[in-house]
Amino acid sequence: MDKAATAALHGHDHAPAHGHEHALGFWRKYVFSQDHKVIGIQYAVTGLFFLLFGFTLMIIMRWQLAYPGQPIPLIGSWLGERNAPGGIMLPEFYNQLGAMHGTIMVFLGVVPLAVGGFGNFVMPLQIGAPDMAFPKINMASYWVYFVGGVVMLVSFFLPGGAAQSGWTSYAPLADISPGQTSWLVGMVFLITSSLLGSINFIVTIIQLRAKGLTFMRLPFFVHAQFVTAFLLLLAFPPLEAAAIMQLMDRVAHTSFFLPSGLVVTGQPLAVSGGGTPLLWQHLFWFLAHPEVYVLILPAMGIVGEIVANNTRKPLWGYRVMVYSVIFLGFMSFIVWAHHMFMTGMGTTMSAFFQTTTMIISIPSVVILSALIISLYGGSIRFTTPMLFATAFMPMFGIGGLTGLPLGLAPSDIHLHDTYYVIGHFHYVVAPGTIFALFAGIYYWFPKATGRTMNELLGKVHFWGSFICINFVFMPMFIQGLQGMNRRLYDGGMQYAHAQPILHWNTVMSFAAWGLFLFQLPFVINFFLSIWRGRRVSDNPWEATTIEWTAAPSPPPHGNFPIVPEAYRGPYEYSVPGYPTDFLPQTQPDPPGHPAGTAAAIPAGRH
Amino acid sequence: MEIPYTVTERPDTGLYNAKLGVWLFLASEVMLFGALFSSYVLLRSGAEEWPHGWQHLSVPLAAFNTLVLISSSVTMVMSWASLKTKDFGKYRLYMGLTILAGLIFLAVKFFEYREHILMGEVPAHDTFFAIYFTLTGLHGLHVIGGMIVNGYFFGPGARMWSSEPERFTNRIEIAGVYWHFVDLVWIFLFPILYLL
Repeated sequence: MDKAATAALHGHDHAPAHGHEHALGFWRKYVFSQDHKVIGIQYAVTGLFFLLFGFTLMIIMRWQLAYPGQPIPLIGSWLGERNAPGGIMLPEFYNQLGAMHGTIMVFLGVVPLAVGGFGNFVMPLQIGAPDMAFPKINMASYWVYFVGGVVMLVSFFLPGGAAQSGWTSYAPLADISPGQTSWLVGMVFLITSSLLGSINFIVTIIQLRAKGLTFMRLPFFVHAQFVTAFLLLLAFPPLEAAAIMQLMDRVAHTSFFLPSGLVVTGQPLAVSGGGTPLLWQHLFWFLAHPEVYVLILPAMGIVGEIVANNTRKPLWGYRVMVYSVIFLGFMSFIVWAHHMFMTGMGTTMSAFFQTTTMIISIPSVVILSALIISLYGGSIRFTTPMLFATAFMPMFGIGGLTGLPLGLAPSDIHLHDTYYVIGHFHYVVAPGTIFALFAGIYYWFPKATGRTMNELLGKVHFWGSFICINFVFMPMFIQGLQGMNRRLYDGGMQYAHAQPILHWNTVMSFAAWGLFLFQLPFVINFFLSIWRGRRVSDNPWEATTIEWTAAPSPPPHGNFPIVPEAYRGPYEYSVPGYPTDFLPQTQPDPPGHPAGTAAAIPAGRH
Repeated sequence: MEIPYTVTERPDTGLYNAKLGVWLFLASEVMLFGALFSSYVLLRSGAEEWPHGWQHLSVPLAAFNTLVLISSSVTMVMSWASLKTKDFGKYRLYMGLTILAGLIFLAVKFFEYREHILMGEVPAHDTFFAIYFTLTGLHGLHVIGGMIVNGYFFGPGARMWSSEPERFTNRIEIAGVYWHFVDLVWIFLFPILYLL
């Protein structure tokens, strides 16, 4: 389509769309909006805030690990006498920070940003839909999440403090320790929000795809979101059931998770008994293992988009990647008990779950290999999003491979509950998923704002984060192999076996504080670019997918000036014979040629 | 651009949006109640002693409630069928009966609960009553939720019949699918809690 025609169409169709937007007041347009783009941005900004907040909790904890028992400088006096008298952190407060760091990062930071943010903003644009299928439910999903977040934040200031039994909330400890009730109430809100969101995602992808956009023409990101939505839909309800039962235990004094004859600080607990703590672990991990894939699949989707765009060639093995991601989704429901090898559940069960765990590593490796092979022979553009996306591959690789010894029962006996586990899953989620999320922010920022983020600040952000984050997490493997327990309040100071690896605590803490400082360029860049960033065209990355080729930046209410139609697969880069090195999905085939014969479009037509 | 397939079916999937949505919602509900039923099995199989439901609970009352709920599913279908034949008066009648059946169910449940609580058989009494109150309580909340939806379509929501009859008929179908599910959960609860 030539520029004049596009401009004419824009001019023609913008007027009613804008009129509709202006008809809405400030509150309906920016706060209680039903537009998937506004909701996506709300999710993303809230998620980023919680990521920063959860990271700050860890920054405070790292002081205690590096310099146990010494007053926290600068902010120590702000933490309150109840938590840190004289600036010295109490063990109970350390436990609160630990539990809430995990909860906030997973349920309030990464998932809302990856699914609520990117899924909401990008997915409908990529499938050529005017909005999500149920805009009101979409809005409700965000606000229920928001309330859940507020409950979690407020819990720090309640009489019992925040939850302090780890993000896993294992019974019986979580049944009897203070602060847990608000955690459970917050989780019920977050679970409800996820359910509403996931129904919306699945219906949107199935029902609202543009004409011609068959399943095998969907961008890989959409497939990743599709499977993620199914995981959220089916894995979260069991945790909701578990949360209800734990609430009953705490509020109505039932004993779902409390065994008979439980003795707490020398006193027999006055409960009816008859419950089992293992039930909690089964229900919890039935959610929490699929949750791992909820964290990683959207990240893989983002990386797939950015790799194809910046290597200027199709994704290698697109079909296999799609089948792998679906297979991953199925398998993730039958691996959960590999978190429970140490519970004495019997060797037959262990054998089953370690087998399924080894099987599930195959599709992950397939996807990662396909991404790496996609780099081969490309003329790579090392833009900031591409830097983050490239770093994702080895980082996620380290995270994934270090998981294999944990998935095998014999080696897990040694490594269970040590810093090795922390190192393993942080490599998956932090330099893995969160790097991919940064990549996604740099990549889709021009679509959301019409302006691009600063490349220099972006590169400072990337290299600083990349170096620091490895100094934070790599030493954890050393400490873990030495046998250092993951929940020690003093960083292992009292333990003889931990003495040879204690000096790493200081290194890791300084690296963590460095990592914190290197997020400043991102924060500055983010806000500066919203108002001062360089204005760019609708398709600054010269991409092929529908969100870039058919929608203005930022897209108006209703997204598309003309109803888009897809004529080919998502990654038609460097098609021989075509004048530019990207062939948009929305570019019609010339008359007289069979569908999909992109190369037949005569040169000079564009 | 308007959101497509809110009323009509998408040709290649044969579904309108809300119909797919409600089935997905029910899939998640199956997982919710499935987790609770599994917990029941685990707790019972691990218990040293576990009472038979009929030793503590009233089977006749529950059987009566089962009949009430099954009948309400029938009237729910009839209300939808009445709309299909464009008979709004009959719709009102059957929808009213459905809501009435829900009320009867809840009233019976209330008296059951009251009797147990007065006898000290509260959730903290033992694990049997803990799971009994959790399962039936959660089911009761689902009944109340369904009645709120049905009440809305009986009252203020029925105005849509004059403006968008096809969409309104779809809404009743969706509400019906949910109501049948709530009914189905009870059909599982009744033998498991009362008879076994």
